[in-house]
Parts: sequence; structure tokens; C-alpha cells
Amino acid sequence: MATPTFNVLITDTGERYRCRSDQTVLAGMENLGRKGIPVGCRQGGCGVCKVAVLSGEYQAKVMNRDHISKEDEAAGRVLACRIRPSSDLEVQVLGSMKKNVCYVRKPAA
Amino acid sequence: MAMTGVLRPGHAQLRVLDMEESVKFYTEVMGLVETGRDSQGRVYFKTRQERDHNSIILRETDRAGLDFFGFKVLDKATLDDFEQKLQAYGVKTERMPAGDLLETGERVRFVLPTGHTIELYAEKTDVGNGMGYYDPDVDVIDGPGIRPVRMDHALIYGGDIDGNLKLFTEVLGFSLVERVKLEDGETDLATWITCSAKAHDLAMVRHPEDGKLHHVSFLMESWEQVLRAADIMSRHRVSIDIGPTRHGITQGTTIYFFDPSGNRLETFCGGYQHYPDMHPITWSWEEVGRGVFYHNRQLNDAFLSVVS
Repeated sequence: MATPTFNVLITDTGERYRCRSDQTVLAGMENLGRKGIPVGCRQGGCGVCKVAVLSGEYQAKVMNRDHISKEDEAAGRVLACRIRPSSDLEVQVLGSMKKNVCYVRKPAA
Repeated sequence: MAMTGVLRPGHAQLRVLDMEESVKFYTEVMGLVETGRDSQGRVYFKTRQERDHNSIILRETDRAGLDFFGFKVLDKATLDDFEQKLQAYGVKTERMPAGDLLETGERVRFVLPTGHTIELYAEKTDVGNGMGYYDPDVDVIDGPGIRPVRMDHALIYGGDIDGNLKLFTEVLGFSLVERVKLEDGETDLATWITCSAKAHDLAMVRHPEDGKLHHVSFLMESWEQVLRAADIMSRHRVSIDIGPTRHGITQGTTIYFFDPSGNRLETFCGGYQHYPDMHPITWSWEEVGRGVFYHNRQLNDAFLSVVS
């Protein structure tokens, strides 16, 4: 039997892609060559792919509490690399790559 | 530095989100050998070629990152001496009892200006590499997994890397090997330092958040072995950050990739030998892309912003 696939809509860009139920929401996007959700470590460590799931059901792995509080998780604010769809999803991007290049700390006098 | 004082990086304790998944990754993909588990649930590993009991320790919790990074020193007298020097320098130290880490003696622990916990220790049980110390054979490092030579160095991210450099060079006898300057031509964006004759035993990048880990690195025998590691990573669908490629800085060949909790690891080979009489190498902000990734000559966003 074919693995079920679902539609994921990134509301920020209007982009849609198909994601298999055995893929993470982030991997599904990347495999189709789409962009929209920022990609970091893909394993839950860095937090750059944080999204709010506005509608739909998903299976989640353990969330890194540096980036996702219990309240976040309960409200559907999760890391896209740690969730797999079990229905069509609508997601909004919350994470972003911080431009640390701009950060200059003055050396101690 | 002659091989007295601080000898080498000896252990790194990493936080992981799921121990079962992580043990599978570190044994089956990395090819490390599990050497023990303690009453706190921590799991210990070494590479096949390492002689001491452990070099990677995993602790399960709900955050990723580095708990502490440890350096082995020559002997107990050296450990006592460094403890006194650190205190005289104004650094608060703490003694961790022998046995707190499996098969490891007392550790002198302190916190860097960048917020990272560093440990010094003199004793860790020599369990050997399986070849013995009398008429040994060459170990044929075959079988599944990446099977690196050793845990080799780490790159840490935090604010006051100037304070770190001063502490490591003035108190612990490290040498500066390479540095990258920011646009102002004065401030260090990053520094690479060694306690031995390696191109780096520790590296640091300036970053707004203290206590962060960029990567823990494992040495491979050859560039071909680095490419073999890339094949193993793809076969196991490991998340690769960048590579295989080469660094201009240290000139090592490299792959950056992530463990199942998002801790970045590196497999690398090469680089040159550094002696304390050698001039440090400086990279300008304009050429930092070539310095970090020698072949595609561009920094990616992830290098500066994806940390655990």
C-alpha cells in the first residue's frame, strides 16, 4: 500500500507541496526543491524551522525546550523537522535565520 | 607546546533528546564503541583506536548541546598546578570526584568567559585499542559505520572569545594558530588554538548567545575516508550541513553533519602541524568565505547561525 501523502500549505508564501506521512514537514519541502521554511540542522537542535500549525493533525517527536516550550507545543508551535503530517496542514513560519554576521561585540577594554 | 601540560581534548558530554535513537546513531552510523552506562543513565563511547575508556558521553534531556568539554593533562601534579594557576588568574574552579564519570579520575572544572564548562583531568582508564602493547598488529578498521580515529576538537560559540583566548594562552599554555578578523580589521570573529602540534584543539566564534556548540569533530585517516563517511551518511539519511569540502583555515578536509538531536559533528582529515614558534595566520573579513569553505568560497547562513 502506498504511503499516505498530504498537502502542506505555507501561508506566508502561498506555496503548497505534497508531504508523505513518513517524512517530516521540513524534509517533504526540501525533497521537492521548495523553499519557504528556513532549514538548519533538520534534527531539532537549532530551532530555525519553527512553525505554527494553523490547521491539521501531525505526529511529533520530542521537542527541544530551548526552542519550543510546553505552551508552544500545546498551541501547535513546533519545529517542522520534528513533525510528520497525518492530515493536510497549514503552517505559518515563525523561525528565521538570525543574521549574526551583523553582530559585533566590542572587545573588553 | 611540547607534550607536557595540557595534552589533548579527551572527552565531550553531549545532550541528546532521545537516548535510544542516539545510541543507534553513534554506534551504527558513527561506528563508535559503547564502553559503559552509569547510574545517571549516561552512555559512554570511544572510537576503536582510542585507548582511554571514553571520549563521547551522551546525556538524555530536553535540550541539545554541549554539557562540558574535557582536556587530558599529563599527570596529577600538572592538574594540581593548573588548578592553582586558574585560581590565581581569578577563575573559580570546582573538583569533580573521581568516578563521577566512569573510569575517570578527579576533574578540575571551570567556566569560560563564553559560558562553556571546561574540565581538566589526569586519569582515565586505559582500556586499549584491542591490539595490545606487545608485538601488536595493525588494526584493520573495517566493518560498518564511519569509525573515526579519535574525537579531535570542538568549535564553540559565545560572546567573549577574547577572554577565552587570553585564558587558554596565558594560563593553560595554548598557542594561537589562526584567526579571522571582522570588518573593522581588529576584532576577532574567530580563533583556532592548540595545546599540541595540531592545527587546532579548540576553536571559537563570536556569537550573541553564550555557551553554544557549533561542532564536535572526529579525525579520519584520509580524504578518501572522509568521502567514505559521506557515503555512509547518505545511506543512513544523515542530515548533512555542508561538504565534503576543504577548509582554507587549518586546510583540513571536512563534512559537517548533525546527530539525531541537532548537535553538529564533523569528520575531517589533514591540516598542518603547528609549533609554538610559528606565526599565527590571519584571515580578513573579505576572504572569510574562502577561509571557511575553500572550494565554494562562500559562508553559508548555517555556519554562523545554526548551533545547539
